[in-house]
Amino acid sequence: MPVNPDSPDLDERTLKTLGAPSLAELKAAGVVPSREEMAARPCVCVECIEEIPCNPCETSCPQGALTVGQPITNLPVLDRDKCTACGLCIPACPGLAVVIKSLEGNLAKIRFPWEYLPGPAKGEEVEMVDRLGNPVCPGTVVSVINPARNNRTAVVTAEFPAEHVDEVISMRRKTWP
Amino acid sequence: MERETRPAVVVGAGPAGLCAAIELKRAGAPVLLLDENSKPGGQLFKQIHKFFGSQEHRAGVRGFEIGKDLLRESLDLGIDVRLDTEVVGLDPNLNVWAVEARKRSYTLEASRVILATGATENAVPFPGWTLPGVMTAGCAQTLINVHRVLPGRRVLVVGSGNVGVIVAYQLLQAGAEVAAVIEAAPALGGYGVHTAKVRRAGVPMLVRTTIVRAEGSEGVERAVLAEVDGKFKPVPGTERTLEVDAICLAVGLTPSIELAALAGCRTFFVPELGGHMPLHDEFMRSSVPAVYVVGDIAGVEEASTAMEEGRLAGIHAAHSMGYLDREEMERRTADTRRRLRALRQGVFGEKRFVAKERVLAEKEKECP
Repeated sequence: MPVNPDSPDLDERTLKTLGAPSLAELKAAGVVPSREEMAARPCVCVECIEEIPCNPCETSCPQGALTVGQPITNLPVLDRDKCTACGLCIPACPGLAVVIKSLEGNLAKIRFPWEYLPGPAKGEEVEMVDRLGNPVCPGTVVSVINPARNNRTAVVTAEFPAEHVDEVISMRRKTWP
Repeated sequence: MERETRPAVVVGAGPAGLCAAIELKRAGAPVLLLDENSKPGGQLFKQIHKFFGSQEHRAGVRGFEIGKDLLRESLDLGIDVRLDTEVVGLDPNLNVWAVEARKRSYTLEASRVILATGATENAVPFPGWTLPGVMTAGCAQTLINVHRVLPGRRVLVVGSGNVGVIVAYQLLQAGAEVAAVIEAAPALGGYGVHTAKVRRAGVPMLVRTTIVRAEGSEGVERAVLAEVDGKFKPVPGTERTLEVDAICLAVGLTPSIELAALAGCRTFFVPELGGHMPLHDEFMRSSVPAVYVVGDIAGVEEASTAMEEGRLAGIHAAHSMGYLDREEMERRTADTRRRLRALRQGVFGEKRFVAKERVLAEKEKECP
């Protein structure tokens, strides 16, 4: 497959070559909230940019803020005005593609899904990572919840320096002692 | 309405076979479900991830939980399930030759046979592929999720389709490191959400890359990789070595069509669905009208599509045996077909839908 190395458009798409979407790719899909939006309220980010037959995000949302509709291969559409950032969509997404981000002064906060053991504990110092798994900055775990309805997908909330809000997607896996 | 009393025999108690047997029994038809394994469920009990789809496809539910529900349903219905029973023969007159526990052999006369025999994993040969530690992705998944044994500390996954990336994720969950997922094609194959969750865990994904050889004395110690050109040939000078102690091959599956071939079912080559597969019509009937094919034997797809195909065949077989009238059969299969159609859309599903349409057209042409 010939690739034109001069095409910035192709260079910026990394989902099918590196495995994770680039920020440019996500912005083009309209799923990256602005800093103003994240400062105003917690913003759901649905990093689901490929048409696969899937809609649990839609059925999980009590506010009707996420719409997939028919066919179920449609990409989810988020209505920020209806969203209360309750976070039920985070463990509902089988693709672990939903996070919630917000900004408060110098700190960014992220709520993300987590399915590894050992899990993090409240107050723990962790390393936040970007979409390629590269360490970005230190972070602090604010809470970990895993009620029965999550069906074993924990939701972790962590704080980290605000300047990294766009890159950070998760935290580094811990290893067994 | 005259009813056939010889049983419908379902071969294979995976998601497709279980659903076929459930629909037959629900309609009141006599059914026997045979499986060579000591536990039913096929591959479902190895699937610890949440499934895709919509609520009516059980989306968000983990695969093994869907397996448990199907088992409970088949027990509640009182389906006659015979485990440790290998079906080794099937003739066009529907004599089913079964071997129980490798000891007792018997034949069953069936009125309908539903083949839900699944698929076999492909392997890719390379120097060193017989070293201990080289295994298929399904083998690694069985080790970690059924037997709870880690196949290696640091694993290379060859192949980036959904099977490869899901097994890579489950290896991480089991506590292994995944050194890389490699893909010979220029683009990764699996769903982006699957690759993204593995990538953010720090696993490199390398496209246009192949395995050249595995090295080690007693078992795998290293894998040598190389970049490939447009014809999938390794490019000299691009070799690099990864320290790994296991190599998982996730390079596709091939429908297990042996019994269908014995029964005389016409086959057709469909590369998108895994290779040679029996022709079938919209009710999953093969060219031998009393033999149905469902699930991966009828083209490699997913558990969710396999379950719907099993239902289609079970409902239609019950109708053809006189246990459901045409109207009821059509009502029930219409629901199933609508759910099936929903799963065969989008960039991934459309290709399979088109391939399946080709199979139906060929069946219509070859044996109307």
